[in-house]
Amino acid sequence: MKKKILIFFVNFLLLFLFLNNATANSSDPKKFIQEIVDETKKILVKTNSAEYKSKKLTEIALATVDIKGVGLYTLGQYRKDLTEEQKKKYSILFKEYFLKTFVSRLTDYSEPKIDVISAEKKNEKYTIVSSILLATDKKPEIKIDWRVYTKNPNKPLIRDLIIEGLSLARTQKEEFSSIIESNDGDINVLFNKLKEFINS
Amino acid sequence: MKRLIIIVTMTFLLCASVVYAGSTGSEKLKKSSSSTANECFEGFSRAMFSFNQAVDTAVFEPIAKGYRVLPMVFRNGTSNVMGNISNLLTIPNNILQGDFAEAGNTVARLAINTTVGILGFFDPAEKMGFPKKDKEDYGQTLGVWGAGSGCYFVLPILGPTTVRDFTGTVANLWGDPWYNMTTASDPIIADGMFTESDYYITKGTDAIDFRAKNIESFDNIERNSIDLYASIKSFYLQNRNKKISNSDKIVETQDESDWEEIDTK
Repeated sequence: MKKKILIFFVNFLLLFLFLNNATANSSDPKKFIQEIVDETKKILVKTNSAEYKSKKLTEIALATVDIKGVGLYTLGQYRKDLTEEQKKKYSILFKEYFLKTFVSRLTDYSEPKIDVISAEKKNEKYTIVSSILLATDKKPEIKIDWRVYTKNPNKPLIRDLIIEGLSLARTQKEEFSSIIESNDGDINVLFNKLKEFINS
Repeated sequence: MKRLIIIVTMTFLLCASVVYAGSTGSEKLKKSSSSTANECFEGFSRAMFSFNQAVDTAVFEPIAKGYRVLPMVFRNGTSNVMGNISNLLTIPNNILQGDFAEAGNTVARLAINTTVGILGFFDPAEKMGFPKKDKEDYGQTLGVWGAGSGCYFVLPILGPTTVRDFTGTVANLWGDPWYNMTTASDPIIADGMFTESDYYITKGTDAIDFRAKNIESFDNIERNSIDLYASIKSFYLQNRNKKISNSDKIVETQDESDWEEIDTK
């Protein structure tokens, strides 16, 4: 009898873990964002150390953001002119730069309360998930939309955050573009700026 | 007299920017491929941007931080009063944009909040079915009519603008009822009820209220930018385009041109 109970219990546990795992890897864009929001909220509690927050947020970014895609987008027209070596160099620099800014941007928020509201499929590749960062006594309510890349429907990835209608990826792209243009198209100036930022 | 000086100065700046933009257009086009707006005179604008940053650090940010110590009910009320006054400018622009339903909504909000809402301190109109909408100005109206942004530049204190938006700012001198009620003490609308200082006090308060709501956001942008000037330019132009589109739907307002090419899977 004890053995039967044990087998039943183990089976139940396995089933629970399977279901839980299936939810954690949700392919539904809205659920996908909700899971990220929930996970981020747990990380950003005041009692967690800065090192812990940084490590965990980096893990989230690596697992859920299409850093390579964002990097290519932010280069704009210049991505077509790069040599393979420059592309490789840029890819490494951008990843480091992105992770640093990602952590820096999020650690300003302590236990953010975000309501994921809705999702709207834009086309086969993209779904926009809408959410609201609730107001605090210091900050007003902020509308945040997530551009989710759904080309592989089983593994959605974030490509952009649109804050109150303003795209962070587009701003990044125009910032990089400004640096390259004001230096006569020299991509190495951007590389140096990124290095400076990463090492600061 | 002061009004005349302001008008002349602004008109001069407008003409200067248009002429300069015209004379250097091809050169700037080569240097700047921004899909949104070319620079009118980038060197001057960057210098003004640095000046504004210094003024912000010395004046606006400390006042905004002090303002934020005040009770939230007071800050919300102040924000409501500023929003209510801005309805005066929004109404003619709703009409000029052909958006009569919005004009009706704005008139109702102004009437209800000014009376029941005690000079706009409270917002009973929202609860009565007249929702708060975006402010409208003459720059946006020109955009709705199809005017391009023109080149981009930065003004001392007033901050980022474009030729179109600056033209709208100049139009405000004639077309903003609040400006006319205060600076000109328009005898038809408000005979001697207000003084010129009321206009500048409300504009200053509005700026402080905005700054106080965005202290962390500004710090965050500053900390994470490698070219802050370009970041602010991008935010400004995106925000104006969004306002001109009069849509909150992200699927309608975002530019897809470059995203479609990016394939990483």
